[in-house]
Amino acid sequence: MSEISEEQVAHLANLARIALTPEEISSLTTELDQIVDSIAKVQEVATPDVPATSHPVPLSNVFRPDVVGETLTIEQALQNAPEQADNRFKVSAILGEEQ
Amino acid sequence: MAKDALMDYDKALELFEPVLGFEVHVELNTKTKMFSAAPNEFGSAPNTNVSPVCLGLPGSLPVVNEQAVRYAISLGLALGCSIAPSSRFARKNYFYPDLAKNYQISQYDEPIAFDGSVDVEMPDGRIVPISIERAHMEEDAGKLTHVGGSTGRIQGAEYSLVDYNRAGVPLVEIVTNIIYGAEADAPELAKAYVATIRDIVTSLGISDAKMERGNLRCDANISLRPRTAEGEPPAPLGTRTETKNVNSLRSVERAIRYEIQRQAAILADGGTITQETRHWHEDTGRTSAGRPKSDADDYRYFPEPDLLPVEPSLELIEELRSALPEPPAARRRRLKAEWGFTDLEFQDVVNGGLLVEITETVAAGASPAAARKWWTGEISRIANVQGAEASALVSPQNVAALAALVDAGTLTDKLARQVLEGVIAGEGTPQDVVDARGLAVVSDDGALIAAIDDALASQPDVLAKIRDGKVQAAGAVIGAVMKAMKGQADAARVRELVLERAQS
Repeated sequence: MSEISEEQVAHLANLARIALTPEEISSLTTELDQIVDSIAKVQEVATPDVPATSHPVPLSNVFRPDVVGETLTIEQALQNAPEQADNRFKVSAILGEEQ
Repeated sequence: MAKDALMDYDKALELFEPVLGFEVHVELNTKTKMFSAAPNEFGSAPNTNVSPVCLGLPGSLPVVNEQAVRYAISLGLALGCSIAPSSRFARKNYFYPDLAKNYQISQYDEPIAFDGSVDVEMPDGRIVPISIERAHMEEDAGKLTHVGGSTGRIQGAEYSLVDYNRAGVPLVEIVTNIIYGAEADAPELAKAYVATIRDIVTSLGISDAKMERGNLRCDANISLRPRTAEGEPPAPLGTRTETKNVNSLRSVERAIRYEIQRQAAILADGGTITQETRHWHEDTGRTSAGRPKSDADDYRYFPEPDLLPVEPSLELIEELRSALPEPPAARRRRLKAEWGFTDLEFQDVVNGGLLVEITETVAAGASPAAARKWWTGEISRIANVQGAEASALVSPQNVAALAALVDAGTLTDKLARQVLEGVIAGEGTPQDVVDARGLAVVSDDGALIAAIDDALASQPDVLAKIRDGKVQAAGAVIGAVMKAMKGQADAARVRELVLERAQS
């Protein structure tokens, strides 16, 4: 049973800004579908009293005290910027907005 | 920007019921960022408060700031929320350069606080409970400056410059449940709600809460639904818009009013509302269309694999609960009694959103009456003229210093207003302005007496009248002396001296 459609793969590719050819979309649809099917097997054994796992390490509350540490220099911070101006990262104007 | 058609507000309310919802972002005033030890500091040179985590550099790992978690729990408790025994972070994926990682660390299905309620006091004193859906922790994004184009806005910009100092600053986002029944008071309720949140975070001491700096930001969701005849089922909810960029209490109120009028005009004309974000423009008092938005915004949330769950102990929650300041309504009652304000005076303060300012001004040494007089009077007047927030114009410390100069007799009320203008114009503290502008009251009797003698000599008829006991005639001399002193004299003292000299 196919859970994943080619439309969904194309949509995801678009969201992830990955250019895919129609052939790639087709093959990925098949592969992703198999992955979903495999993972769905877990649901068959999971019962409501099993809490969802988000992390393989059974730890919680790993915190850092609120103490200022090292920062990068402006030169270091901008070292990998493809373009810069006024000590800031220069990016092309994007038709979008802050979230 | 094309002008939107607007329906008359009362007419809009006749036809439609406004339905509201708010998302308020509170920047926490921790020393460091949410997930890195870089400083959380406003106003630093661009890209100087950044660490590899803030830039999402490969190999960098976020670590949760313990203080931010404590603050978030305190805020959740103050909002009457339950605190989740276990909550976790999630990645919200989107491509926009305000975060270098291409995702924001937020919380999704397991927020730290949920199911709360906060009492909001309306301008008429009515208490409206607002139901809180959740309060969750997340990180702020960097700041973009759009360069080029005619407006400096995003449309038409040639490129943008990014400063990541704000990226990673701890935020708590407070989300309300849908608010029905606000009716014509919707704009006032919106303002009162945000003012209440501001009061809460300020009394908790967890945020600087300056709206003009973006420490406290409100996204206002609003939709209209047509009214139905009595006995008929209510109409389904209308399509909502989300207005952003609302940076003052006053704007919250204006933006809601504007959206009600705009949406009503479209709906009455047979049109449909586009589900989208709207940008509030303080200068024009209008909103403009932003990005289309859908309920299922495709952020592909998933649990943040780099972070472990946050599981506050009951002891910690109870410790923080016992340290909570009194709730805003109780605090208001206490302050009103302490300050000795009448109902009307106090409502003025609350409606002006000036509780915090007056509290801090009194703490800085001013009398409650003087603090109230300055904030609700001259400062609010100037704020109105400038279209600014009173709190952004002058600090409580400077207002207290100004009141002290008046109390000490260094300034008359009239001179103090000039000094205030100087302070607002950025000329320094009140004392700086007094010194620079030479505005102090002439308290040297010698200088006053010289001016009085001159005035009396040039008005012998007045002098004769005063000597005849017609004391009210002295007004003309007092006026002349005040003029000669350029207003920098205490009129009562001048009067005393005039009467004294006339008899000599």
